[in-house]
Amino acid sequence: MAEQERTFFEYLVYVSENHSPLDFMLVADHIDKFFYGALLTIEITLLALLIGGVMAVPLAIARAYRHPWLNGPIFGFTYFFRGTPLLVQTYLVYYGLAQFDFVRESFLWRPILSNAWWCALITFSLNTAGYTTEFLRGAIENTPKGEIEAARACGMSPAKMMWRIVLPSAFRRALPAYSNEVIFMLHSSVVLSTITLQDILGVGRWLNGRYYLAYEGFITAMIFYMVLVFFISRGFRLWEKHWLGHLRPREQSSLPV
Amino acid sequence: MDSVWEYRGLLLEGTVVTVQLALASLALSVLLGLIGASAKLATNPASRGVANAYTTLVRGVPDLVLMMLLFYGGQQIVNDLGSATGLWDYVEINQFIAGVWSIGFVFGAYMTETFRGAILAIPRGQIEAGISCGMMPLLIFRRITWPQMVRHALPSFTNNWLVLIKATALVSVIGLHDLVWNASTAGRSVREPFTFMFAVLIIYLILTACSDVGLRWLDRRYNVGVDRA
Repeated sequence: MAEQERTFFEYLVYVSENHSPLDFMLVADHIDKFFYGALLTIEITLLALLIGGVMAVPLAIARAYRHPWLNGPIFGFTYFFRGTPLLVQTYLVYYGLAQFDFVRESFLWRPILSNAWWCALITFSLNTAGYTTEFLRGAIENTPKGEIEAARACGMSPAKMMWRIVLPSAFRRALPAYSNEVIFMLHSSVVLSTITLQDILGVGRWLNGRYYLAYEGFITAMIFYMVLVFFISRGFRLWEKHWLGHLRPREQSSLPV
Repeated sequence: MDSVWEYRGLLLEGTVVTVQLALASLALSVLLGLIGASAKLATNPASRGVANAYTTLVRGVPDLVLMMLLFYGGQQIVNDLGSATGLWDYVEINQFIAGVWSIGFVFGAYMTETFRGAILAIPRGQIEAGISCGMMPLLIFRRITWPQMVRHALPSFTNNWLVLIKATALVSVIGLHDLVWNASTAGRSVREPFTFMFAVLIIYLILTACSDVGLRWLDRRYNVGVDRA
């Protein structure tokens, strides 16, 4: 009997190749590649969110206080990046910039602008900066008037008031919108796979192309993205609980039920 | 810029495909959104469970992944099912259909949340009043729920639509000859990719600006009876 001479591992491979609708052993063989892909996805997403977030704070302040000659250009910037697809923005930077001789001859070309990783990071950062600027502006504009009056009454300088009162309160109000932006950015990072980078989807596409499969790579990619989103929303829920704790209704456990 | 003008026919064709794709996906997403919202508001726990699973799935998975799964894998599943049951012959899922189904499926989940919130915003007493006047459920939907639901849903609907238009660009990745695909092909052949991609960005901005005008008109129309501060 051939069945009994097989080891358990060989049996699994046999079932996976011949009976299971998904060849799970093949995926398991290449799971390390998916983890490297996940690392690239997380790396670019986090760096872009960090750079974009740091850019967004001064831009949002300038917009919220209607800076006479910065407000217009910043609005143009956010309108452009929010009104157009990230895919096309990335193509514009990665494929488009080579059209200009002065770009190709500049010192930035070889290390940065001809490199897909850097092009993606630049585009993603500008894109998320555009979105973050706008909702942070909304949060700053909605600062309760009383808080500002109180800060003035305490004799705070405008800079100190911004740092101590307006920004902390605006960040708190923007937190729920920001969790959506983070998940949105993770979803958008699939654009990486269209400019030759091996992110999660890129690995999935590679696996399907190499073994001529229809679903295995994509299903695995799907599971990876779902797990990431699960952890992000869990993290934000904890964060909101911590930073927005003062807005929650009082615990009612002491009352008789 | 001359080269863009030279290829205007190709870009226009692509724009038409993009707009058709966006409108077809929108129709599907509104349908799915209405079904999903009524499932979420239903008392039946099974239908609520299915609707919650649907929105959670979509929130967890990027649209391009679903699109590729449907385009490369869906064809095989549909045909395996067809040959197993003998109900249909060979079906081909082309890029347009895969795009409409995946974008419609994804935005159906966002529309579900939009419509659910909008229906919840209608005072319960109005529906009870409708019942007590002897209105049939369909008449209540047409005369009471729908006009107010549209009003409450419009801001979030507008947002969904603007994101949806941008999502259509992804269909070029699976090879649909839409605006992005046509422009990048033309850009490569005349070696001016930047110019052509920039033209695509401008066309997208024009599309969103046009829909903004249309949606603002709708917003005014459905808010006629409301006092605004």
